[in-house]
Amino acid sequence: MTNVQQPVSLEDTPFYKKQLRLALRNCGIINPEKIDEYIAMDGYMALGKVLTEMTPQTVVDTILASGLRGRGGGGFPTGRKWQFALNNVSDKKYVCCNADEGDPGAFMDRSVLEGDPHAVIEAMAIAGYAIGADEGYIYVRAEYPTAIKRLEIAIGQAREYGLLGKNIFGTDFNFDITLRFGAGAFVCGEETSLLTSIEGNRGEPRPRPPFPAVKGLFGKPTIINNVETYANVCQIILKGAEWFSSIGTEKSKGTKVFALGGKIKNTGLVEVPMGTTLREIIEEIGGGIPNGKKFKAAQTGGPSGGCIPAEFIDTPIDYDNLIAIGSMMGSGGLIVMDEDNCMVDIAKFFLDFTVDESCGKCTPCRIGTRRLYEILEKITSGNGTLEDLDRMENLCNYIKANSLCGLGQTAPNPVLSTYKRFRDEYIAHVVDKKCPAAVCKSLLCYEITADKCKGCTACSRVCPVGAISGTVKNPHSIDKTKCIKCGACMERCKFGAIVKK
Amino acid sequence: MKKPISKIPFNGTPEQEAKLKAAIERSNGNKSELIYIMQQAQDIYGYLPYEVQVMIAEGMDVPLEKVYGVATFYSQFALSPKGKNAISVCLGTACYVKGSKAVMDKFSSELGIEPGQCTADGEFSLESCRCVGACGLAPVCVVNDDVYGKVTPEKVVEIIAKYKSK
Ligand SMILES: Cc1cc2nc3c(=O)[nH]c(=O)nc-3n(C[C@H](O)[C@H](O)[C@H](O)COP(=O)(O)O)c2cc1C
Ligand code: FES
Repeated sequence: MTNVQQPVSLEDTPFYKKQLRLALRNCGIINPEKIDEYIAMDGYMALGKVLTEMTPQTVVDTILASGLRGRGGGGFPTGRKWQFALNNVSDKKYVCCNADEGDPGAFMDRSVLEGDPHAVIEAMAIAGYAIGADEGYIYVRAEYPTAIKRLEIAIGQAREYGLLGKNIFGTDFNFDITLRFGAGAFVCGEETSLLTSIEGNRGEPRPRPPFPAVKGLFGKPTIINNVETYANVCQIILKGAEWFSSIGTEKSKGTKVFALGGKIKNTGLVEVPMGTTLREIIEEIGGGIPNGKKFKAAQTGGPSGGCIPAEFIDTPIDYDNLIAIGSMMGSGGLIVMDEDNCMVDIAKFFLDFTVDESCGKCTPCRIGTRRLYEILEKITSGNGTLEDLDRMENLCNYIKANSLCGLGQTAPNPVLSTYKRFRDEYIAHVVDKKCPAAVCKSLLCYEITADKCKGCTACSRVCPVGAISGTVKNPHSIDKTKCIKCGACMERCKFGAIVKK
Repeated sequence: MKKPISKIPFNGTPEQEAKLKAAIERSNGNKSELIYIMQQAQDIYGYLPYEVQVMIAEGMDVPLEKVYGVATFYSQFALSPKGKNAISVCLGTACYVKGSKAVMDKFSSELGIEPGQCTADGEFSLESCRCVGACGLAPVCVVNDDVYGKVTPEKVVEIIAKYKSK
């Protein structure tokens, strides 16, 4: 029998069928190092249109009418931000692009920068025209060398073609872009820290107000937008605000790119219209959870976000719905977890991250997150009490209310959301001294199932501390007082006789 | 974040110094380029010892404590040299969920060093990083500039063997 499969078009595969690629439209399609290929895809037409046919105010009105909201996390209406900056009269203004992409486990911005750098450059020039700025900065993390290289090439080519520089399109509009490289500090993704970092300082946040639109880079009115936000701008100008606002939900327009990862069959970037449900993303696009495991939660919003449990899998994803169920859009990381992930451990993982990344400027964040981490450590090591859980919740609320910048204000979210949705797991750690997912080492024990053990002695030979005893062909047993829970025996056993509980 | 300060004596060459001076020259006295200058200095020297920080402070006409402040704020800057082979295990969310902690532990026990340290013979240094943007391949580790995906504790041994000086 011949077993020839009919070829399927890429668009018809389950992974692509439900996707709508706007921000990623050119990624993988054009050669990002050739400006001509970008121009062939209507590149720089939007800039031409803006400069020759539109006033700054009509540009802002168009963005406002499209309903575009910031893709960097907060979801602030982009048009409103531009309007503030336009209204502020100043001899000098700046346009910044936030390409710091700090959420560990997300790489949407990287793909846009590497695959379609001109889209960001063109949009920044449009923003410059709209608010009256002649200088732009792209702050890109140093961990993305390819993105940096492509941006450098793209900026060079745009200058060569007269699309950056003086008198663009023969008008009196001037605009140029400088690159700045992040140096590995998560807090620099926060907009005021990003500005302090561009200025060459330790990237500590400043209190807001004044907002950057009033007093930003070098003290001048500044707008900061995320890479993906910019990636939508040119198409809105060309296709119109109505076209864009016809996609998505009532309050969240357009598409969102998610970096789908974790316990899922198809990982990668997915761009879907706002309002797509989690189920569609995970089951249809993502192909479900591998190894027949059960879906437990999806984490969105990175260290500022929360975990969405299975009961909300049919919620249409947009900015407001995610907040309503205790998470947030964030920049678009979407990490799937199955029954083998311990939610207390995940909360601890994120706290470890924020403790490390807290810039130290304000006390609630610097000391509060450390104390919070210690409580979680106590719980996962089996020494937690019910009072600790209350203390933990209080401390979370305190840090949220009193921190200076978004980092501290959102740092407790992973704890609060897991505590709210998976309270039984916390209780199990504290009351029963058990980790239901068998992750937290101090709470596990390894046991040998007597009727599966063939007495081959492999485990006792591999045990580094001699905790396993037994004679050939007879069931072995583990001395729990000696066991260091390294798992070597379980790895070695061919009969699946060793279980961890 | 606390950073270990190297006790190894500084042995910069005149060529390195010339390169750094040229970089400082190019910045044209623009103090907002301090971080960029320090990044180039780290490329030139591999790390930022006290002597290099002094050169930068003088060249850029900024206080030394500002240079030190920036060097300790950003995790990219190292105050002690890295090993000949720099191993970096991703502990980003996607990798963590897929078990990169076990990979890190294995590197740590195989090399006999903690993250942030360098082996006594200077062959290997170990550190963690947060997402290199290869989450689809989780768990991920990077050795020098080579990215390894779907790493398991078993594969760690092979990876180390590959880089051991022959
Ligand atoms: C701790 C923290 C980290 C952030 N990291 C990022 C980031 O990596 N990338 C990003 O675009 N925005 C990040 N933001 C959001 C920015 O502060 C800012 O809201 C955004 O860049 C504005 O652009 P947008 O309106 O286009 O989203 C972060 C915010 C906080 C509080
Ligand atoms: S989380 Fe490890 S590469 Fe992204």
